[in-house]
Amino acid sequence: MALSREEIAHVALLSRLHFTEEELARFTEQMNDILLHFETLQEADTSAIAATTHVVPMVNVLRDDVPCPSLPPDTALANAPERVDDLFKVPRVVE
Amino acid sequence: MTELYTLTAHAAHALLTAREVSARALLESVLARIDAVEPRLHSYLRLLPETARAQADAVDAKIAAGEAIGPLEGIPLALKDILCTTGVPTTCASRMLENFIPPYDATVVRRLREAGVIVVGKTNMDEFAMGSSTENSAFGPSHNPWDLSRVPGGSSGGSASAVGGDEALLGIGTDTGGSIRQPAAYCGVVGLKPTYGRVSRYGLIAFASSLDQVGPITKDVTDAALLMNAIAGPDPCDSTCFPEAAPDYTAGLGRSIAGLRIGVPREFFTQEGVQVDAGVERAVRTALDLYAKLGAEIEECSLPNVRFSLPTYYIIAPAEASSNLARYDGVEFGYRQTGTKDIIGMMTASRDRGFGMEVKRRIMLGTYVLSSGYYDAYYLKASQVRTLIRQDFERAFERYDVLVSPTAPSVAFPLGAKVDDPMQMYLNDICTIPINMAGIPALSLPCGYDRGLPVGLQLMGAHWAEPALLQAAYAYEQAAGWTRTAVDEAGRVTAAG
Repeated sequence: MALSREEIAHVALLSRLHFTEEELARFTEQMNDILLHFETLQEADTSAIAATTHVVPMVNVLRDDVPCPSLPPDTALANAPERVDDLFKVPRVVE
Repeated sequence: MTELYTLTAHAAHALLTAREVSARALLESVLARIDAVEPRLHSYLRLLPETARAQADAVDAKIAAGEAIGPLEGIPLALKDILCTTGVPTTCASRMLENFIPPYDATVVRRLREAGVIVVGKTNMDEFAMGSSTENSAFGPSHNPWDLSRVPGGSSGGSASAVGGDEALLGIGTDTGGSIRQPAAYCGVVGLKPTYGRVSRYGLIAFASSLDQVGPITKDVTDAALLMNAIAGPDPCDSTCFPEAAPDYTAGLGRSIAGLRIGVPREFFTQEGVQVDAGVERAVRTALDLYAKLGAEIEECSLPNVRFSLPTYYIIAPAEASSNLARYDGVEFGYRQTGTKDIIGMMTASRDRGFGMEVKRRIMLGTYVLSSGYYDAYYLKASQVRTLIRQDFERAFERYDVLVSPTAPSVAFPLGAKVDDPMQMYLNDICTIPINMAGIPALSLPCGYDRGLPVGLQLMGAHWAEPALLQAAYAYEQAAGWTRTAVDEAGRVTAAG
């Protein structure tokens, strides 16, 4: 099942990525090439197989809830592209 | 006289404790070597000579005061620029994080400091660890110390070229689908990917969280064991980190391997679409002959589901990456594109400018396989096939102590050879990816040459079997005597300019 350019554009929107028309065309071709390679997975019988989400047998790892210092606001905000007081500043979200 | 920068960490330690060499002299030797070859290798994104010198002087003061030093104290190390370092930019070789200065140390970095290891610089890599050649770095590729026209491998290519090119005695890499082992093989050094959970991921910038592991890249097996001793063990900051204490990884070095049961899985030599090069296979078979002479029992075997590893990986890893990299939205840290009118526009423009093509490709792939209507067909299916791959390994380790294969289907390839064809680049990972799917440990060590370039021998073990891998690797290394032949070639790097 080959992906169309429109579908790729939709995935780009979901990914919050932007592509030029030329890039979109190249991506469509490469993505379809890669997806074709994925088809071999259909040969694996997984009807009675549980999915692996964690590779080593470990149950909940718990520790005591001991309070300890967190990063001070100035340190936590030091990498902010833009800040106002102790807040991250972003372009307007609602009108 | 032997140049100090050519030494292994354990050999340098012996000279330090005998007071024949100072930590400062060792460091200056490494820094001079970097000055000489770095313009051609480009292993490093950032050098830290001043903090390194201060650390070296502190170690010398300790030695002068008659205090004992740890086995890695005062040893210069190359750190992959994916591990957070307080106050020192950590870029992941991405424009997105070009100006990111972490407010904390990764647990591995903290442990290295506590062990007295000196970080001389932060090394180049494929952007966000996505790649097999270091060509996806936003800051230009690294070069292979054996042949400057070839890639050092990836994604930990900078750490491997630094250690292989004698620009550091030790290196740290990370491995999601082969990113420690393949560059170690290409650069003629030792690389170990530990069992998933053996080393903390706290402060490791995430690519694919169910696969990522930190591990050593070193000049020999002993150094890999020593570096594991420094970095492995439980961490309250990482709940996926194994809660039990790590063993002494040097304990088994030098013990006989008579009776060691070695399995040789045929899927690691030939698969549909990929054939291991004849010269690589010859080197691996010769290594197996030596293992037989050392008393190992060798048998061919099959792991039938391993052939599904590549598609499984290229579904699961991008899926996890698309989720992990959603955090780069220009809000809290990282690159922000200004001049956009709304927040979605700001996020999209920031990501467009901040990410390189391969990262975008994997985010797209991951978003697609997780998207509504495709989740079951791709992500769920891949997670189930992952179970089959894991079970193949579990069955194999009932019969064998160690599995042996090539680390990569070829020696280092020329720069530019695969950049335009992502599928060809992905196929290069065929021998290393199955290990990450199963979460088991695997080690690559030099086992000879094909057309003058180093070949990597991959040893795989059951979960937590790092001591057995190191013991088996050490036995081969001592018997084969390949160690440090790279010194001559590294000399050629100096002359090649």
